[in-house]
Amino acid sequence: MLLITCPWCGPRAEIEFQYGGEAHIARPADPVALDDAAWADHLFMRKNPKGKHRERWMHRSGCRRWFNMERDTISHEITAVYRIGTTVPGKEGT
Amino acid sequence: MPRYSIFSLLRNALTYHRDWQAAWRSPEPKPAYDVIIVGGGGHGLATAYYLAKEHGITNVAVVEKGWLGGGNTGRNTTIVRSNYLWDESAHLYEHSLKLWEGLSQDLNFNVMFSQRGVLNLAHNQHDLRELQRRVNAIRLNGIDSEILTTAQVKTMVPILDCSPGIRYPVLGASLQRRGGVARHDAVAWGFARAADARGVDIIQNCEVTGIRREGDRVVGVETTRGFIGAGKVGCVAAGHSSVLAAMAGLRLPIESHPLQALVSEPIKPILDAVVMSAAVHVYVSQSDKGELVMGAGIDAFTSYGQRGSLPIIEEIMASACVLFPIFSRLKMLRSWGGIVDVCPDASPIISATPVKGLYFNCGWGTGGFKATPGSGWVFAHTIAQNRPHPLNQAFALDRFSSGALIDEHGAAAVAH
Repeated sequence: MLLITCPWCGPRAEIEFQYGGEAHIARPADPVALDDAAWADHLFMRKNPKGKHRERWMHRSGCRRWFNMERDTISHEITAVYRIGTTVPGKEGT
Repeated sequence: MPRYSIFSLLRNALTYHRDWQAAWRSPEPKPAYDVIIVGGGGHGLATAYYLAKEHGITNVAVVEKGWLGGGNTGRNTTIVRSNYLWDESAHLYEHSLKLWEGLSQDLNFNVMFSQRGVLNLAHNQHDLRELQRRVNAIRLNGIDSEILTTAQVKTMVPILDCSPGIRYPVLGASLQRRGGVARHDAVAWGFARAADARGVDIIQNCEVTGIRREGDRVVGVETTRGFIGAGKVGCVAAGHSSVLAAMAGLRLPIESHPLQALVSEPIKPILDAVVMSAAVHVYVSQSDKGELVMGAGIDAFTSYGQRGSLPIIEEIMASACVLFPIFSRLKMLRSWGGIVDVCPDASPIISATPVKGLYFNCGWGTGGFKATPGSGWVFAHTIAQNRPHPLNQAFALDRFSSGALIDEHGAAAVAH
């Protein structure tokens, strides 16, 4: 079971949280310009990496706020927790 | 390959069973094959078998990073059924169920397919109406399915708590009598032995580390045992499909989640049907060894770790004890997790890709075991003919851009 450190409430058990999938998927700036393939990519295609994964979580049974997390999908080790609208401290890109 | 029969059993008994031949060879990989199947689970081995049997393509290798059937083929709850809602799925899963019905004879290997009936319980009026709708849709597709009353359910499964006063009373159930269970390892071994007998090379402990392309064509795979050339490559790697796709520069609409299951200590025969409940979430059957086999919903987070979190186990244990109070003092022997490849519409992808000669069979998510022979059969056709069979035409990758999704979350009957 994961021990997740909510940026506002501190370390709590996994059952208090809701998983929100891959983080940093930007909504297309000009949706009208997108063709079907580009929409499919935005809506359905996922990185699903084996290793470091940046994902969204929500503290459902606590402060009910969303945040981002970097977690290893093999060891389940949590390597960073950071607020929505920011990126992993000290690392560029998403 | 000598056939298995009562006579071969007697003959080998005379020599104290010391002279049985290995069920399949372990050859060194050749420099190149016509077709390479990546993934030595049930679906991959079935694909190789039907390539050889139905299409005469025998210059085939199955490369497997671990041992045969060590992934989800060995980690599922072995339930086989075809009670799916939409026409596309109903036809695909029913084709598979028909193959199951003759599989032991076809493979000359006892896969212990036992059509003991699969029950889906209803616990409220909405459940019941939804099951009735499904049963009607399934029957229109010519597939056996019926509705049972609470009394009929109680007669069939006496240990089920059917009292009216409980929090989730059993108001009825749908039943597919032709559904049941099979022996998971035997499926992998049977397909492996039958494919090997037709000339397919099965190469274990050989992990694919890259997919080599020349222009828009695939030319082979890089492996931990060197490069192997191939005219066509079929990827059937379940939870690792996204990893393989990334090697070829493709993206898939798949997320990999742990799906957990567990077995109890073995007990005397007590449950002779498969019982599934979507609302009180658990699915249970009893194996021939006497263990109760129970399956859970997926863990919400993505993972490649082949294990999940304990709260999921607690949840299905609670559900099992609600439905079957008699189970409350059973001890659980072991639990495990498999990594399932979940598609947004809970339906598989059996498809060519934008890379010529590269095919994917994935996205079976929480319910791939039942489809093992059918999946291999249509995938072999897709690879051999370079076009889908009518049975898997709708399961192409392009349905995510066309919008023709096949939403089977309800029929999957596993929370995700």
